[in-house]
Amino acid sequence: MIHEQQQTPTGQGPAAAAGQARAAWHSVCPVEAIPRLGARRVERAGFAPVAVFRADDGAVFALVDRCPHKGGPLSQGIVFGRSVACPLHNWTIGLADGCAAAPDSGCTPRLDVRLENGMVQLDLAQFEPLPVASEAATGPGA
Amino acid sequence: MNDIPVSAAIEPAARPGRTGPRQRLVMVGNGMAGVRTLEELLRLAPDLYDITVFGAEPHPNYNRILLSPVLAGEQTVEQIVLNPRAWYAEHGIDLHLGRTVVAVDRARRVVRADDGTEVGYDRLLLATGSHPVMLPIAGAELEGVIAYRDIKDTETMIAAAARYRNAVVIGGGLLGLEAANGLMLRGMQVTVIHLMSHLMERQLDPTAGRMLQASLEARGLAFRMGARTQALIAGDGGRVSAVELADGSRIAADLVVMAIGIRANTDLAQAMGLHCQRGIVVNDTLQAVTDPRVYAVGECVNHRGTTYGLVAPLFEQSKVCATQLARFGIGRYAGSQVSTKLKVTGIDLFSAGDFQGGPDSEEIVLSDPAAGIYKKLVIRDDRLVGACLYGDTVDGSWYFSLVREGRSVAAIRDHLMFGQSHIGDTGHEGKSRAQAMADTDEVCGCNGVSKGRICSAIKEKGLFTLEDVRRHTKASASCGSCTGLVEQLLMFTAGGDYSAAPAKKAMCGCTDLSHDDVRSAIRTPLADGSRLLSVPAVYQALGWRNPTGCASCRPAINYYLLSTWPREAVDDPQSRFINERAHANIQKDGTYSVIPRMWGGETNASELRRIADVVDKYRIPTVKVTGGQRIDLLGVKKADLPKVWSELGMASGHAYAKALRTVKTCVGSEWCRFGTQDSTRMGQDLERALWRMYAPHKVKLAVSGCPRNCAESGIKDVGVIGVDSGWEIYVAGNGGIKTEVAQFLVKVASSAQVLEYAGAFLQLYREEGWYLERTVHFVARVGIDAVRKRVVDDPANRAALWARLQFAVDQEPDPWSEPARAGIDLRQFENISV
Repeated sequence: MIHEQQQTPTGQGPAAAAGQARAAWHSVCPVEAIPRLGARRVERAGFAPVAVFRADDGAVFALVDRCPHKGGPLSQGIVFGRSVACPLHNWTIGLADGCAAAPDSGCTPRLDVRLENGMVQLDLAQFEPLPVASEAATGPGA
Repeated sequence: MNDIPVSAAIEPAARPGRTGPRQRLVMVGNGMAGVRTLEELLRLAPDLYDITVFGAEPHPNYNRILLSPVLAGEQTVEQIVLNPRAWYAEHGIDLHLGRTVVAVDRARRVVRADDGTEVGYDRLLLATGSHPVMLPIAGAELEGVIAYRDIKDTETMIAAAARYRNAVVIGGGLLGLEAANGLMLRGMQVTVIHLMSHLMERQLDPTAGRMLQASLEARGLAFRMGARTQALIAGDGGRVSAVELADGSRIAADLVVMAIGIRANTDLAQAMGLHCQRGIVVNDTLQAVTDPRVYAVGECVNHRGTTYGLVAPLFEQSKVCATQLARFGIGRYAGSQVSTKLKVTGIDLFSAGDFQGGPDSEEIVLSDPAAGIYKKLVIRDDRLVGACLYGDTVDGSWYFSLVREGRSVAAIRDHLMFGQSHIGDTGHEGKSRAQAMADTDEVCGCNGVSKGRICSAIKEKGLFTLEDVRRHTKASASCGSCTGLVEQLLMFTAGGDYSAAPAKKAMCGCTDLSHDDVRSAIRTPLADGSRLLSVPAVYQALGWRNPTGCASCRPAINYYLLSTWPREAVDDPQSRFINERAHANIQKDGTYSVIPRMWGGETNASELRRIADVVDKYRIPTVKVTGGQRIDLLGVKKADLPKVWSELGMASGHAYAKALRTVKTCVGSEWCRFGTQDSTRMGQDLERALWRMYAPHKVKLAVSGCPRNCAESGIKDVGVIGVDSGWEIYVAGNGGIKTEVAQFLVKVASSAQVLEYAGAFLQLYREEGWYLERTVHFVARVGIDAVRKRVVDDPANRAALWARLQFAVDQEPDPWSEPARAGIDLRQFENISV
């Protein structure tokens, strides 16, 4: 059980989604705004920030920007192959599934990404709401 | 039939997309070295061969080393099976057990087994192991006379122990003593006959051998030393009943175990016409010198005149042979240093290298017979060449790594005997010694498992038992002699301090090349005169396994390029750790810290006012004075960084970088009534000359104005102490995890000389240090004498080093005031909001 990783194949919906929300695609930035082997952080009030990665071959991935280990911002890590190394303690997280490489274990939720005319689009319905705190808006999303 | 080329050296590279019939690999012998080769091969090239295996024993591959614990009743035969039959089936291996190969037709490339089975091959792997040596004496053929080699012998011994009383073991070496111990534990009265005057003479010196004998006698074994066996006497029913020695005396024996040695099994190889000489003679690619289609590994091999019988070197051979069979063609076997531990529970014994010494070597000996401790270290030309430990073997693996690395121990010679935990490691005191080992230190020499790997497996996998650790890491799963250390680690694992010490071997999992290999490849122009100037170019030229490397090699390569070819190499910000990309220090909550430069620790009202204003304006939660005489602003949001820099109007302190950090100073002669030199001014001059200097790791300096040393120059990478007649320069000190007092480099008269000597030393470190290697480790590796020779004794070289450093830092921009020129990707500071 400990070594099992919950794997969600790319392009098949987020780990969280059970189909309750309708897709709400939203352009985030031009793909060129993300450095190759790098990432950008996408923020949305009331929701967990999302890291959008661009691999060496141009493939784009999105994960909740939170390492399963101690919550480090994965968007700040070094990207290599199909992985990112968390900047805090160097855990290796898979870009496609959000899961830590063995012997570490744990996953961060992934989000669907699509490219439209060179724009990176995320599905707002897949953003993870933050727990209600101080002033955080918990409106009906989009 | 497709014709394969006959030599790996002239072979074309493997073509991954290749189709057509698979090649046929036949392995003769089904033991540990052979099957390990197949395991490595299947990992590298799972689909290259159709594999057939012939094994003379009726068992699948088992751990021969653990026959002793089976004999001693500590383990069962089932437990020591390494590869059950299902493993062979799973990998599509055609397994023939209980079949001896009797002939090989090298012209037709066909092997024939004793049952008539014929199998063709494209490549043949011989792993026929060894035969026990049997004394050619009268009675050697009697019932109850056996060797100690395989499961069958072990079962015979177990059966005999249940029915008979007296056993004699001939041979007081490693194997004989383990057999004797096992038989004694099974209730037999055991006498060991040994030809030499002390036990295990190939692994122990006379003193340790005698101590071992005494402790085994205390456990109930009897010994006849310096005794030659003359004949074995038959009793009723044809079973052996006694052993007769050369002096005519007899010892009662219902069971006689001959454990006087092994010799390579070359029966088949000789019949095939291969060149054999106490083993099948192979080259560094483990191909038989006679026929390059034929490979050989294990105890049957003679490599550069040596035949190995211990598991670690055999596994090294397996690894190399597998890369050759997989047509990677990169591995070379260059022989092994071996170490030995006796697997008798409760007896700690370790030896490695040339522990006997000779007229050209020196010995350091610690002998405490009452405590049962004896240690001997053999040193030649300032290098540790051998060690023999009895009673306390905790430092065995450390000594062994010093022997293998061959580095100078002159500097630590005084403390060498007291072990690694006495070499300047504070912060570990009072804990068990397994804890004091560095993470990179090898715990399991058979499988090459480091302490770090074991600890991380224990922590992350929640492992509780020895068996769990063995399954997940393979540590102590082969010979089991590091079991005690693994158990200690299990007991004490806590405190997840992640320290990146220099790698000893391959840089990382992306390559087999070491840091030195990569540095020299970058330094050396290519055949067409061009140079490697970018990270992808290095990866391509050096055959990296992952085209974009990994988080550990990319920053290293990027640094090597920039330090080797300043102003020419292409900096890749994406290959830098986030701190060097954002020019601030990431904190655990994802915010950053900002430390502006304060030259020599000196500031003024205007700077302090600006700092205060920035703290207010950007609501910076914590302001802290650092140990390096600067001010740290903690909790800055990433998006605010460029504004904070520009409003501070101060230069970057590089507190986030592998670069010159701080130059700590005391007030010096300008104010201090004891000061002999203007240390603040000296520190500022050093800092202005060296700032923007990237290095393998962080670099900290200090300058004190008198020997009272208030700036703590003694624990800095470069420490300068003013005296009445000039300045003393110390290098390679460290105040971190491994507290180390800096070593004296030179005394100079002028401040210009301080700059030149300190700069030359740091440039040497920049050019030859390994990434993430602090100066303390760098100097420990190359030796302070080598540093002195190039920085102090050779003025031309010193000037050249100093000039190269100035050239490198001369045009380096301040990233905070000129972020664009510094190549910072400013997009990272803009939030994308949706």
